[in-house]
Amino acid sequence: MDMLAGKVKMTHQTVNSTMNPTDALERPIRLHAKDVTVHYGAKQALHGISIDIPDRAVTSFIGPSGCGKSTFLRCINRMNDTIEGAKVGGLIELDGENIYDPSPDVVELRARIGMVFQKPNPFPKSIYENVAYGPKIHGLARSKTDLDEIVVSSLRKAGLFEEVKDRLNEPGTGLSGGQQQRLCIARAIAVSPEVILMDEPCSALDPIATAIIEELIDELRENYTIVIVTHSMQQAARVSQRTAFFHLGNLIEEGVTEDIFTNPINKQTRDYIMGRIG
Amino acid sequence: MTDIIPTGHRATLERAKLIRAGLGRRHLQERLFKGFGMAAIALALGFVALLFADVLTKGLPAFTQSNLRLSVTYDPEVIGVDPAPVRAAGQSDADFRAANLKWQRDVALLNWNKVVEASLRAAAPADYEIDSRQILTIAETNARHQIRDLFVADPSLLGKTVTVDVLASANADNWIKGNIDRELGDAQQQLSPAARGLIDQFKANGTISSGFSRSIFTNVDSRAAPAAAGLAGAFMGSFYMMLVVIILAVPIGVASAIYLEEFAPKSRLTDLIEVNINNLAAVPSIVFGLLGAAVFINYLHLPLSAPLVGGLVLTLMTLPTIIIATRGALQGVSPALRQAALGMGASRTQMVFHHVLPVTFPSILTATIIGVAQALGETAPLLLIGMNAFVASVPATPLDQATALPVQIYLWQANENRNFFEARTSAAILVLLGFMILLNAIAIFLRTRLEKRIREGPRNGHARRQG
Amino acid sequence: MNSFIIAGLLLVLLGVAYQIGWTKSRGPVTTNGVKVHSRPQYHGSLLAIWTLVPAVIVLGLWAYFGGDITRSFTVAQIPTDVVTSLDQMGLNGAIQRIQQIASGYGVTGELAPYEQAAGDSLRSFQLLTFLCVIAAAAAAGIGALLYARSRITPCLRARNMVEQVVTVLLLACSAIAILTTVGIVASLVTEAYRFFTFISPLDFFFGTVWNPKFSSTVAGDYGQYGLLPLLTGTLMISIIAMLVAVPVGLMAAIYLSQYAPRKVRAVVKPVIEIPAGIPTIVYGFFAPVTVGPFLRDVGGLVGLPISATSALTAGIVMGIMIIPFISSLSDDILNQVPLALRDGAFGPGATQSETIRNVLLPAALPGIVGAFLLAVSRAIGETMIVVLAAGNSPVLRGNPLEPVSTITVSIVNQLTGDTDFAGPQSLVGFALGLTLFVMTLCLNVFALYIVRRFREQYE
Repeated sequence: MDMLAGKVKMTHQTVNSTMNPTDALERPIRLHAKDVTVHYGAKQALHGISIDIPDRAVTSFIGPSGCGKSTFLRCINRMNDTIEGAKVGGLIELDGENIYDPSPDVVELRARIGMVFQKPNPFPKSIYENVAYGPKIHGLARSKTDLDEIVVSSLRKAGLFEEVKDRLNEPGTGLSGGQQQRLCIARAIAVSPEVILMDEPCSALDPIATAIIEELIDELRENYTIVIVTHSMQQAARVSQRTAFFHLGNLIEEGVTEDIFTNPINKQTRDYIMGRIG
Repeated sequence: MTDIIPTGHRATLERAKLIRAGLGRRHLQERLFKGFGMAAIALALGFVALLFADVLTKGLPAFTQSNLRLSVTYDPEVIGVDPAPVRAAGQSDADFRAANLKWQRDVALLNWNKVVEASLRAAAPADYEIDSRQILTIAETNARHQIRDLFVADPSLLGKTVTVDVLASANADNWIKGNIDRELGDAQQQLSPAARGLIDQFKANGTISSGFSRSIFTNVDSRAAPAAAGLAGAFMGSFYMMLVVIILAVPIGVASAIYLEEFAPKSRLTDLIEVNINNLAAVPSIVFGLLGAAVFINYLHLPLSAPLVGGLVLTLMTLPTIIIATRGALQGVSPALRQAALGMGASRTQMVFHHVLPVTFPSILTATIIGVAQALGETAPLLLIGMNAFVASVPATPLDQATALPVQIYLWQANENRNFFEARTSAAILVLLGFMILLNAIAIFLRTRLEKRIREGPRNGHARRQG
Repeated sequence: MNSFIIAGLLLVLLGVAYQIGWTKSRGPVTTNGVKVHSRPQYHGSLLAIWTLVPAVIVLGLWAYFGGDITRSFTVAQIPTDVVTSLDQMGLNGAIQRIQQIASGYGVTGELAPYEQAAGDSLRSFQLLTFLCVIAAAAAAGIGALLYARSRITPCLRARNMVEQVVTVLLLACSAIAILTTVGIVASLVTEAYRFFTFISPLDFFFGTVWNPKFSSTVAGDYGQYGLLPLLTGTLMISIIAMLVAVPVGLMAAIYLSQYAPRKVRAVVKPVIEIPAGIPTIVYGFFAPVTVGPFLRDVGGLVGLPISATSALTAGIVMGIMIIPFISSLSDDILNQVPLALRDGAFGPGATQSETIRNVLLPAALPGIVGAFLLAVSRAIGETMIVVLAAGNSPVLRGNPLEPVSTITVSIVNQLTGDTDFAGPQSLVGFALGLTLFVMTLCLNVFALYIVRRFREQYE
């Protein structure tokens, strides 16, 4: 047991957090979920998930494959609506408003809760067009100059501007994997969402690109509420302040990242963490 | 670093206002777009419904037809002919046949119209005034052949009276079905007033009755007797052609697909063959007709209008379809199965024939049926190899002159007696469509069974989504 | 009867050879310890192949030369003075009589003095040759069987040999597809070349008048064979067809693949594809009988003179025929665009139609264009609809409300019922066919190339 504690301690030391972990607890609750269930046809994928997600902090969802963490993430901006036969039950509130109410509208909701996907999926258009897409459809830019500024500042925030400033009109699909993913982050930021959901954003990237994205996430935390699904516990430990562990469609345990990794209450959580890093 | 995107609660509200402002317009666009999609579906479905409704309303009446029930008397005064020849001892086959033919010719030369006319008059009210030419327009012209053939088959009928069902003429049938405007003046009517009146009387006294038209299925095409024209010859022609297609196109198509997919080394040549087959599948069917005319008819001197040649042309046309579908099926077999077979020490041939082919069999079968159905409905190439000839007999072998179902439709729709043949053509279309629907239903049945079998694996359609 | 004997002989040879191979190959494994390379059924099959091939060759030779041999034997039975007195037709008649006597059927009329004798000797000749051929075939088969049997050893790679034969057979089958193309090109080119010896290619490709003369009284006056009226008719009808089919087909595909619930899709998709399976002759019937008069009446209401058979009628009906072609190809292609791209547009809050218009369609565009080109090629080559609905009026004009003619219509008109291909009247069919073939080939090659590139992009 001591050995285990020692190892977890070491992991904890790698956490690159500038914020006091307890700070996250004091922040206002942004997202509130209660008894969320998801059915795909006859199959139940989520069994009553209840969780609170604080403002301007990174919350990570971990758990083995098929545990329901991505499914829950997709509930938060209603991406499950696009899957046929998916039925979502329970309550998810953003700032006290149920997002599954007829109003606010799903389009508006997604402008407030952006998403970055597992595989970089830039549109087969220019880099500029990729970032400008969101502001354009939502009518956020009053003029071409406005749009230019939004594109530039989004690319800056995504840490990509310097690399692509000379080729904004070249296709986004021509970038490297890590650059493509940062382009997708810029695309998500461009509509100034309040919440950004990231579905294993680094799973298709090499370690160097991963490190850059992780740094970016840490910077973005200052302005956005971030929820990240990851299968890498090291990554969860490095970037998040709070962690939730999912298993077989249930939320097993949730709390301050440090607590989850050093002192998990639940045996399943302990087994998982031990199995992976022990 | 200038930050154009303001954060904070106020900015959020500002943005939300902007987004909401555009929502009305965007949702209208969305509804319009979706509406276009539904309209397109409605149009496409509407066309299908219209086509079927049109053909059905036109074609169904043709399956009932007016029949005349006549008491026919074989009056020896009219039928003055020697008794049928009897084979004498020592007579050669050829001589007996010649004598028989001569007798039949004598019988044929008799005035059978007189017999028909007498039977019609017997059924008409006494002293109904109508001349011979007019009264004969009521019965179809093949009635005399029908009555004559009864006599040839049984010469002992001489002097007897028998009841015979014959077809009413096409014009009489039209008149009874109401296809002809009864108010039209005499000049525009096909039938004389006396004939029309008599038809109505026949209808009233039960001499004419409507019944299921067997003749469409049992008779061959006829120009002189439109009411007796049927599909039997065309049906046999199509049957022989499909036989040729099944015997040739299926094995050759499957074999070449197997070779190209499983054996052929990947080279420029196989690339060329692949491109070639894909293009062949898209070559207009009439070009295959040109090929048939130039090679099979003009160069190889195969007989004109023969189902064999039609079948060969259709075989060449169907081959690419079957090859492409079979290759698709073979490509769908998982590499794991192949590796498993090869890993057990099976040769390539054994792997293909023992493991891969059985798995793909249902989809190959489905593709084959669809290919054959396509060939069944093809018309244009057959016109160029003479299968649009008028053939008044059922072909006995694939080398005899014949026509085919779709070609028969082409021939009938051009018939001058539009009033009658529009219905008959539609009926022929219904028969053809019936065959196609049957073939496709079999194919769909097989496909759904196959898909069910594939779907029995784990349902992991959404597993991908769950991280 | 004879064919039954031959089939029986071949079957017996086949069975015996297979059995011998099967049994013989089982021998060695029991006598010494050497492992037999191939299983007995392969030895059996190999032996069967060895036996059958020579026998079939012998029979094939007889089938090819037998007729001529019998004929010259028959002619030899007829006295020479009779032969010289007969012309070709008379000789054929005489031969036929002798054959009828030989078959025992008999002939009508007086027997010529030589005929009975000739018939009898022909009869015995036929019997003799038949027996000889059967014997020769059997002997060849058995000889090959014995030779092959002597080669059976445990290490004989019978399986590999049988498989080689199978592979060669498969190769021969796939060569047929190539031969078809070669046949098409060769027959089109040679006959078209013959046509161009009558009519100059310039007059054909750039002529504006189509007026072939059939029973021409003036020698050398074949009429005019200008392609342009037909070409404009073809293009006009194809354009109208695409104007009908593209919007309907594409929107239907979009609705079905993106909006329709699964249950609706499962029902509607097959129903929409029904027209693809309907023979074109059915559309051809439908067009002038129902659609044409309807268009004419509608035209009459708004004061437009539309003929019942016109480019418009044919084009609209052809468009209906092509709808399922476009919708199912587009559906395929839309489904190949990765879901991730769609998610990428939904993510920042695009509506469904925005996602489709801004992301899905641009990504699928090359594939869809390929599908359109394939549809155009099909419209150009379609025959029965235009034969019956276009009005067959080969005059150069631009009004789609009037009757026109097309390349395919003229092929049918010029070649139906005429197969001696002596004059330009029928040969022009091949020049038209060549034009049609080249046009559709270019469209197909280009379209298939685009679609292939599109598929590779998302693989």
